[in-house]
Amino acid sequence: MPLRDYSLIGPEAEKAVQKGLAAGAWYRPDIPRWQMKDLMQRRDGPAIRDTMLWIALFILSGAGGFYFWGTWWCVPFLFCYGVLYGSSTDSRWHECGHGTAFKTRWMNDAVYHIASFMIMREPVIWRWSHARHHTNTIIVGRDPEIVATRPPNLFQIYLYFFGITTVPKALQKMAIHAMGRLTEEEKTFVPESEWSKAYVIARIHLGIHALPFALAIHFGSWLPLMYFGVLPTMYGAWLGVYFGLTQHAGLAEDVLDHRLNSRTVHMNPIFRFVYWNMNYHIEHHIFPMVPYHALPKLHAIMAPDLPKPYPGTIAAYRDIIGALLRQRTDPAWTIEPELPALAKPCQPAVPGNATPAPAA
Amino acid sequence: MSSNWIEACAADAIEQEDVIRFDHGGRTFAIYRSAEDDYFATDGLCTHEQVHLADGLVMDDIIECPMHNGRFNYRTGEAKGAPVCVNLQTYPVKVEAGKVLVQLD
Ligand code: FES
Repeated sequence: MPLRDYSLIGPEAEKAVQKGLAAGAWYRPDIPRWQMKDLMQRRDGPAIRDTMLWIALFILSGAGGFYFWGTWWCVPFLFCYGVLYGSSTDSRWHECGHGTAFKTRWMNDAVYHIASFMIMREPVIWRWSHARHHTNTIIVGRDPEIVATRPPNLFQIYLYFFGITTVPKALQKMAIHAMGRLTEEEKTFVPESEWSKAYVIARIHLGIHALPFALAIHFGSWLPLMYFGVLPTMYGAWLGVYFGLTQHAGLAEDVLDHRLNSRTVHMNPIFRFVYWNMNYHIEHHIFPMVPYHALPKLHAIMAPDLPKPYPGTIAAYRDIIGALLRQRTDPAWTIEPELPALAKPCQPAVPGNATPAPAA
Repeated sequence: MSSNWIEACAADAIEQEDVIRFDHGGRTFAIYRSAEDDYFATDGLCTHEQVHLADGLVMDDIIECPMHNGRFNYRTGEAKGAPVCVNLQTYPVKVEAGKVLVQLD
């Protein structure tokens, strides 16, 4: 199999359009309208509760790290702080970007912008990138968010856990945007009317990123760098990457069925707090407007149509690592989830249009 | 012109604060019933990526697209921000004898 070009401006982009994958009709189970309306209902309560707890954990872990700074006791506190800063912000960015976490719009927007800064995903660019990811999930040449390309570069994936490549790349992109430019790939999914907004935000983010360095020099201390800016995004990235890889790695490319290219994994309550239930990833992709707090309910409703969920992250990684190792020499190989016998059949990858069927 | 008024559905076919799909003449529309029992009609497809709004959620005056959270004011058609940048076409609606009628151009 010839190597595939994952860029959005290469030959695969054209092929995806020709094959009808770019505007394909995705598999959707039939869930009655009343049930979908119930599932999509917005509530402020769960996200306010979780955000209060989130802020309290930031304060506690941050204060502990500060108090014990200079001793080994600061390590566990900063370990937790890093996970909050560099990992839990992934799901906050994600859920608030979908506009589903809170019912109140400004709350979604406020948490979205704060989390975007912390996880170093520029809010304008990544809003559009993620919209494309949902339209064209793991369609090569269309989806800008494919993490495990084939054949997989295992060393690069390893570096993701520490943000060693992703953070410098994010800074580089920010600098490009701050200079008033977008990359050619970004121009394929960000409409021109949004470009000037992206430039302004990139300049603001770069300015804020300079702040901890200035403070560190001013106070002659590493402490500001541990709390704010690029460093906690890097040293806290690992758990977010650990979760994130379970979403699609090793699964099919170029199919119009999220059951074949996404993965649902059961997780413990602490992981689910950090990840805001994104472990129900198949369900999230099929119905992206269902808020994170309703995903367990959606999962129960959809279960008869879905592959058996992985019982935990270890089981998921057994499959993922095996698949990635195999795809190094056989890039066409893919994990094929087994669908329940009575499940609605797979959506064939055929041309169609993006208009879903009428409401049930 | 009364000839332009097309019967879309029975008034009680739509729940309060909800939307249904209506297809006519090769086109597709979304018909809304507000919490105050007023009826409205817009083009059926989201101006972002042509996803049908009848699968979306109605909240107050807003229809939220089921795909990427694009939000429109269904009374005016106004797009309320990214990822929707283009307004929705709206159509006059009236209710007569328990039927929702839409004036199509
Ligand atoms: S298709 Fe409606 S917001 Fe994208």
